[in-house]
Amino acid sequence: MLEIKNLHASVDGKEILKGINLKVNAGEVHAIMGPNGSGKSTLAEVIAGQEEFEVGEGSILLEGEDLEELSPEERAHKGVFLSFQYPVEIPGVSVTNFMKTAINESRKAQGLEDMPANEMLKKIREKSEMLEIDRKFLSRSLNEGFSGGEKKRNEIFQMAMMEPKLAILDETDSGLDIDALRIVSNGVNKLRSKDNAIIVITHYQRLLEYIVPDFVHVLYNGKIVKSGTKELALELEEKGYDWLKEEAAV
Amino acid sequence: MDLKEKLVSSFMAFEDGLDLDHPVHEERSSAIKNFETKGFPTKKDEAWKYTSLRGLEKIDFSIFPKHETTLEYKDVKKYFLHEIDTYKIVFVDGVYSSYLSETTHDGVDVCLMSSAFSKPMFKQVIEVYFNKAASKDESLTSLNTAFSKEGAYIYIPKNKMPKKPIQILHLATGKEPALMLQPRNLIVAEDNAEVQIIERHQSLTGNEVFTNSVTEIFAGKDAIVDYYKVQNDEPTASLVDNTYISQKDSSVVRVHTFSLGGKLIRNNLNFYQNGERIDSTLKGITILGDKQHVDHHTLVHHAQPNCESHQDYKGIFGDSSTGVFNGKIIVDKIAQKTDAFQQNNNILLSDKSTINSKPQLEIFADDVKCSHGCTIGQLDDEALFYLRSRGIPKKEAKALLMYAFANNVLESVRIPELKLRINKIIADKLGVRMGFDL
Repeated sequence: MLEIKNLHASVDGKEILKGINLKVNAGEVHAIMGPNGSGKSTLAEVIAGQEEFEVGEGSILLEGEDLEELSPEERAHKGVFLSFQYPVEIPGVSVTNFMKTAINESRKAQGLEDMPANEMLKKIREKSEMLEIDRKFLSRSLNEGFSGGEKKRNEIFQMAMMEPKLAILDETDSGLDIDALRIVSNGVNKLRSKDNAIIVITHYQRLLEYIVPDFVHVLYNGKIVKSGTKELALELEEKGYDWLKEEAAV
Repeated sequence: MDLKEKLVSSFMAFEDGLDLDHPVHEERSSAIKNFETKGFPTKKDEAWKYTSLRGLEKIDFSIFPKHETTLEYKDVKKYFLHEIDTYKIVFVDGVYSSYLSETTHDGVDVCLMSSAFSKPMFKQVIEVYFNKAASKDESLTSLNTAFSKEGAYIYIPKNKMPKKPIQILHLATGKEPALMLQPRNLIVAEDNAEVQIIERHQSLTGNEVFTNSVTEIFAGKDAIVDYYKVQNDEPTASLVDNTYISQKDSSVVRVHTFSLGGKLIRNNLNFYQNGERIDSTLKGITILGDKQHVDHHTLVHHAQPNCESHQDYKGIFGDSSTGVFNGKIIVDKIAQKTDAFQQNNNILLSDKSTINSKPQLEIFADDVKCSHGCTIGQLDDEALFYLRSRGIPKKEAKALLMYAFANNVLESVRIPELKLRINKIIADKLGVRMGFDL
């Protein structure tokens, strides 16, 4: 599904990603952990095509296709989805209208007609029920005045609507109370299939109790310094990151 | 001969065929004197610092339209809000077109200034209201007063409301290589009356048009007036719009100005609150490109206690376009408990576009709430990336953000079909289809 080879990326001349290698197969869930400032969000945004970053060496392949020349929207059309750590507030555009626009633009890019209105409504209803989102919430301006938890839930609602091949969840657990965490995790788990892949970026092992990963990677100083199975996350929870930093320094 | 000399020397010819004993004529005579003394405003005048009429003054405008031109409705239909039934007062090159119009005297008067000036039945209203709100000092208003002869006359008696909205449409056919128009409108909504008006100036060719318009609006106690100005004209059409609004107790007047096209647009929008618990709303959307220029000069004069005013102007400036917003709020000493709000937000899309924004607050009362804010910025890159990451292409994402930016100004439009129309004009200007019904 996703293959990242020796990826380097910098912003304003400062190198943040220093040679990332990562392979994610269809049907897998990978967790990326690591201390603050290690480059987790940068990796997520670079995969999604944020143009602010300069990609130097290396490549990102989605189903064998190099994404380098593709714009963020083209990547979205190919099935990349990023759940933002800090979703942007867009006053004046409702959640529903935003989703209609996003889905129909993606369909247009694939040479399809607009989704019929009744089908769209049905889908919106289904997915919002799955995430226990109040209907009234959908007519509100996108993210405007949403609580941290509402924003994150709304991100996963968008993911459910877009049905991506590769979803990257950037600290989706931050700002969620335990009930919201359960609802969001259940939503994500329902979206797991053998045909898609999910990358979960988090600081905490807590989320991984709900969304159980197949692999865990530790990102430190722009590189993946350790990879393992879900037990690695428990070890990190217990021991912190310092031992890995020391290991990496050697 | 420059335009000023031409206008002043034409005044005598204009007087031919007018009733010189009519009380209005005294107003005209003193107005032409004021214009002769002051001339066109120049950049030396503080209020005209960023807007120059110099270029227009050099053009050899025809002042009096020579002939009546007939137009087929189908050829100009698109300039009407034709989706709904309305009264229509239509002028072609400054001359009333009865063929395109639909006036009424059924309980309310929706007709012409020329009738109001000449017919005895309107004499009293003219005496009470004509030129009572308009400035006698400002030179372009005086110029219009001097040549006031034709325009829209709307009189809504106490407790009345016209059956449908009213459209005022000024069409310029381009028969003259360059045409100057000076429509004069009088709108009176007596106590507890209500009216909705849409005004549009439209040039049909690329010939030069210069309109110097004056509109006086009087809102009686508890009256509600909604006035929509649609300014989406050709790049050779210039407009100076002078609007004077006088409000009595508990009246509501809302003016929306959509400045979406034209060469030079200057809006002088003046509100005078002559009563208590008055609500005045001034909203504007400006979207410009090329070398277009729009200057909004607003004045809200709070002269009595317990009144509100809400100003919200949004501007999007591309290419080498320039914008000006100058919002003046005066709160008199007795106008305690005034609540005056002013907001002007702008987005510059190019390095060559300019906006000059200036709030001007003169507050003499001590128990008031006055707030103002002004922002000038670019589209938010983070927001753009967010939308694009959801598959919305860059161009559409930009348009969506611009639409969202302007949206709250449209929310207060009370004619849904007009709202939709403005939305479509905006979408067209931005060159995108919106993926949803607005």
